[in-house]
Amino acid sequence: MLALLRNQKIRGIFFQLLTVIGLVAFLWYIGSNTVANIEQRGIQTGFGFLDGTAGFGIDQSPIAYTEENTHGRVFVVGLLNTLIIAFVGILCATIVGLLIGVLRLSNNWLIARLAKAYIDFFRNIPLLLQILFWYNVVLRAMPNPKQSFNFFDIFFINNRGLYFPLPEYNATFFTILASVIGAFVASIVLNTWANRRKLATGKDFMVFPFAIGMFILFPILAYFIGGSHLNFSYPELMGFNFKGGKTLSPEFLALTFALTIYTATFIAEAVRSGIEAVSHGQKEAAISLGFSPYQALKLVVLPQAIRIAIPPIINQYLNLIKNSSLATAVGYPEIVTVFAGTSLNQVGQAIEIISMTMLVYLIISLIVSAILNWFNHKMKIQER
Amino acid sequence: MAIYNKINERKAPSNTKGPTVWIRENLFSTPLNVALTILGIMVLFWVIPPFVKWAYINANFAGTTREDCTSGGACWVFIRMKIDMFMYGFYPSELRWRINTVYGLFFVLMAAFKYLKSPLLKVALAHVYFIVGFLLVHGGFFGIEMVPTDKWGGLMLTIMVAAVGIVCAFPIGVLLALGRASHLPIIKSISVTYIEFIRGVPLITILFMSSIILPLFFPEGVTFDKLLRALIGIAMFEAAYIAENIRGGLQSIPKGQFEAADAIGLSYWQKMFLVILPQALKVAIPNLLSVAISLFQDTTLVLIIGLFDLLAMVRLSAADSYWLGYETEGYVFVTFIFWFFCYSMSTFSQKLEKRFNTNLR
Repeated sequence: MLALLRNQKIRGIFFQLLTVIGLVAFLWYIGSNTVANIEQRGIQTGFGFLDGTAGFGIDQSPIAYTEENTHGRVFVVGLLNTLIIAFVGILCATIVGLLIGVLRLSNNWLIARLAKAYIDFFRNIPLLLQILFWYNVVLRAMPNPKQSFNFFDIFFINNRGLYFPLPEYNATFFTILASVIGAFVASIVLNTWANRRKLATGKDFMVFPFAIGMFILFPILAYFIGGSHLNFSYPELMGFNFKGGKTLSPEFLALTFALTIYTATFIAEAVRSGIEAVSHGQKEAAISLGFSPYQALKLVVLPQAIRIAIPPIINQYLNLIKNSSLATAVGYPEIVTVFAGTSLNQVGQAIEIISMTMLVYLIISLIVSAILNWFNHKMKIQER
Repeated sequence: MAIYNKINERKAPSNTKGPTVWIRENLFSTPLNVALTILGIMVLFWVIPPFVKWAYINANFAGTTREDCTSGGACWVFIRMKIDMFMYGFYPSELRWRINTVYGLFFVLMAAFKYLKSPLLKVALAHVYFIVGFLLVHGGFFGIEMVPTDKWGGLMLTIMVAAVGIVCAFPIGVLLALGRASHLPIIKSISVTYIEFIRGVPLITILFMSSIILPLFFPEGVTFDKLLRALIGIAMFEAAYIAENIRGGLQSIPKGQFEAADAIGLSYWQKMFLVILPQALKVAIPNLLSVAISLFQDTTLVLIIGLFDLLAMVRLSAADSYWLGYETEGYVFVTFIFWFFCYSMSTFSQKLEKRFNTNLR
């Protein structure tokens, strides 16, 4: 018996069995209590509530939604709003983060210091505080619609949000849209062709001016081909509020600003540490081979820096998506606010609703980490 | 014999040293740099003078009422009048010495740590500190008046949530990290599932879970304090992040250390606690400090489930009808406090990182 206990394999099995028994007992305890509590309090179970009428309005919805719609639709609206804020936040944070990261490494002493000050300042302030600051101190303190800040009669900012014109979706608009996509595709094709020709013959081809030309020329041509009817719907003051155009609500703006500014500091740090992680000898070797500093950066340093910098940046994207749940503090109608907030209050089925919300974030996390793994695999140094 | 003409020594070239050269090289070396410098100076002028004017030159410091704020700048009177609420929440003012004592004892603890050598004694002392601290703040024993947790608030609650969160999450995190590094398949998969699940969801959903669903898990009659529920959620959340950082430390330990510990006949726990973890934790400390920073920032989320931490206290005070319109001052004040704590911690962690780096060389 004692010998059996000293056998490492048997001990391993024994301890694992003990853990499993403990875990199952714990889960069983929790489960039976929960069932008893739910029965006693008369809480409904199951997912039938998703078909029940929600009965509350959501002021920003990318799809048609009215009070008569179901809680299931509330879930979809919340999910879509989460995805919208995540997309916009990631886009803005990447642009600002890359910019600050590059400035941080600038030769210019003043600019490098300012970029560092930006990072040190915003990184050390809780995101929720930043969201509330933008919302309560900046955006809600804007004047009312009658006294809104007016930029050339096109953009308006007031305490109800930012108003800007939107083109009408007619034939001209779609032709121009198609032409921009066309110019984009054509530039990629041209670039591939130029690279291939350079490898084969060594001849250079200036892709950049051609691409710029296409981006200007194509939409102009499309404007005339599409019938020259590009109409904009401008925001106009009607009574107490603006009509027409497009509105970005203060909640959305506060959340976007805070997420962008906060996440950008982490992205900037990732960019900086990525570039600094490339050994100095790499750049020196490139320059001694006769590369120009720009070529050394583009062809030697950056390809190596990207491999180091991208994984932490993707992690920051994931953090940004999870942090977008703080929207509930200002009431932007994403999934935590409307589904795990308002719907939960009405229905009271906390277990189902919180699990569904968690599942949404888990699935997003799994997708992002799948992308990360794919990237790491692709970027792995090919050793021969 | 050759004749050498003495050549007078040349002056050091004037254009390689000195402040003007430094300015030329660092600020005005290329046209782009000139433009950037001008832009930078513009940003500075645009941000700093108005802020200094608002926060200091035109600000009102003296007085006790709203009417004392006349000069158009910041009204720091508001902060002065509300500072007790920001620091202690609704804690009864005649009992605030108890919280101050706990703060004071912290420095005593730090001083004792400096002179004590035995790690076991240190751990024991830290435990004593937490128990004494809790008893003092909560009261309700030996005739000391009890202060229920719904009276706790302000900076004191923020610090408490962060400290208790880290302290409770740490042992769980160590166990999870060991579980994840273990060779036993079931233990490993349980740890991995837990860590990845927690890391995949936002803290706010975990806080909702711990504040709404947790009471359902226990039999009728067992009630949890709101604060305790938040602390359970935070500790559960933070344990997963601590585990991931310790795992990073564990991975950096060479295999030879494990084999050597096995070879001299140490048991699993002896091997881990005497050989592996001391080294792994040392590697992980800078990262653990960043976990501590983000936890400190995350404590603000407890306001969403209805606890009154520092940020919530400021929001509440700014909504006071008498002091309406001074929320900017309140937010600037909390910003400064949070920034001060987090920046000190991150500077400290960078210092540690540098010190440990040189040790490894």
